Amino acid sequence: MFVIRRLLALAGVLIVSSFLVFAAMYAAPGSPENFLVQGRTVSPDVLAAIREQYSLDDPFLVRFWNWITNVLHGDFGQSLSNRQDVGELLANRLPTTLMLVSLAAVIIVILGIGLGIIAGTRDGVVDKIIILGSNLGFAIPTFFAALILMSVFSVGLGWFPVFGSGDGFLDRIWHLTLPAFALALPSAAVVARITRTAIREERDSEHSAMARARGVPGGLVLRRHVIRNSMLPVSTIVGVHVAGLIAGSFVVEYAFTLDGLGTLLVGAVQRKDFAVVQAIAIILVAAFGIINLLVDLFYASIDPRVRLGLGA
Amino acid sequence: MLSITDLSLTLAGKHADLAILRSVTLAVATGEAVGLVGESGSGKSMTLRSILHMAPVNATVTGQILLDGLDVLSLRGEDLRRMRSRDVSMIAQNPHAVLNPVLPVERYLVEGMHDAQGLATRLARVRAGELLEQVGIDEVDRVLRSYPHQLSGGMLQRVVIAGAIAGKPRLLLADEPTTALDVTTQAEVCAILDECRRELGMAMLFVTHDLDLAAAVCDRINVMKDGEIVETGVPEQLRDDPQHPYTRALMASRPAGIGWTRRGGTV
Repeated sequence: MFVIRRLLALAGVLIVSSFLVFAAMYAAPGSPENFLVQGRTVSPDVLAAIREQYSLDDPFLVRFWNWITNVLHGDFGQSLSNRQDVGELLANRLPTTLMLVSLAAVIIVILGIGLGIIAGTRDGVVDKIIILGSNLGFAIPTFFAALILMSVFSVGLGWFPVFGSGDGFLDRIWHLTLPAFALALPSAAVVARITRTAIREERDSEHSAMARARGVPGGLVLRRHVIRNSMLPVSTIVGVHVAGLIAGSFVVEYAFTLDGLGTLLVGAVQRKDFAVVQAIAIILVAAFGIINLLVDLFYASIDPRVRLGLGA
Repeated sequence: MLSITDLSLTLAGKHADLAILRSVTLAVATGEAVGLVGESGSGKSMTLRSILHMAPVNATVTGQILLDGLDVLSLRGEDLRRMRSRDVSMIAQNPHAVLNPVLPVERYLVEGMHDAQGLATRLARVRAGELLEQVGIDEVDRVLRSYPHQLSGGMLQRVVIAGAIAGKPRLLLADEPTTALDVTTQAEVCAILDECRRELGMAMLFVTHDLDLAAAVCDRINVMKDGEIVETGVPEQLRDDPQHPYTRALMASRPAGIGWTRRGGTV
């Protein structure tokens, strides 16, 4: 029941956002046929022919309907600039971005939650150092982090490659490690901070105190009552940040010259390549929705109050 | 069996230290129910928590707490854990805060018996059901499967009482166990607590701000004010001949028309 409600909500979000995406491109200045003729003066007949070819004269809603039904059939149309199939273009670029984001997500979960738990359960120097690191990690912009990581680990130490996405699974991971760290850093810092606060709150909670007062061993109280319960707010934050990684990955792809969706999108926007931009935007929204759905399901699995549809 | 001598507790503050308890001395005999009555902030709860060695980290505790000769304040690590799981149980004010909101009731009871007291999980499960019957719960299976938010405060406090008597401790610490409950369930829960205590011959230190309630449940009452015990006596004595002005004030502030019925009557 819970899952079905969530899926319906996701479908609704996708429909509305695809409409917005489609409308936004037409509201933006410049038109595709002007890009296609690239500033040359052409006769109105030619322009009309181009408009005819891309059905640009159809009413807006008709064009939206045609587009959305095609997308639902897996057909994202053709790129305006090089006539390539958009689906194929995306399929070539998607693995790099997907892998980059997945790696960064793993780093956020392990580094962010791990350090947060350590800082939350320990007082004194360790806690202070992690807070300091968290502030630093959050303050450094992604592109700057990318440059520093590159100059230290690629140019200086020579441990990682400077650019490119690599071939094969392990080579890809090797190529994407630095970019993933640059991408994950600010989010890992935030997640560590939130985790630390949540852990401290649960550590002082009455049910943890009473569990200790009942003679439940400390390690068990920490795992069962403190860490488990603190994951409720943390999972929400992790979800939001991982979903946001997809957008953030574009900057990193640019900095490390990776052939992912981000570099494709930047080029497409500059060329006013409608079909490509729309397809990427829709994929972004879908990914965002799916990640949030996963977070909600995880949340429901650890909090019965959500699962049973009652207010907390 | 419990004797507290000269117990003082001071919280380190930013500007000045705050004295929460000032040389509290009280005793509870085996099987005896002793009341600790006073307004909020008078140090009643802190006295209870000190017995479990649960004072806040920034507190300085002096004095002595002896539990059948065992020096509680010197206990550390495994010894402390054993004392908490076997000898003393606490029932707190708000049962909804005591149980972990994301775990079902059965886990709460099994945790106390298995993880704290070392009973086998299978036996602990069976015993959990028996305990719930003992505290007057009819739909045992439904309650065991329920999560805390699905149960009323009164029902949940019975669960907490069941957990508290599970290990047959020698001493029960009750910290305003009925204050957070509906008026209608207060009497019921109080009666169940009293009954369980008598059946198992446990001693009890009962904290409340309600002098009438304490008189109904306890053999002896200590009146507490600003971290000090100002008067001690049997209920009738406090009623007929209160010595301390504060006790007189407490007596005077009771709503009129409430009788002093002891045990089983109006509570």
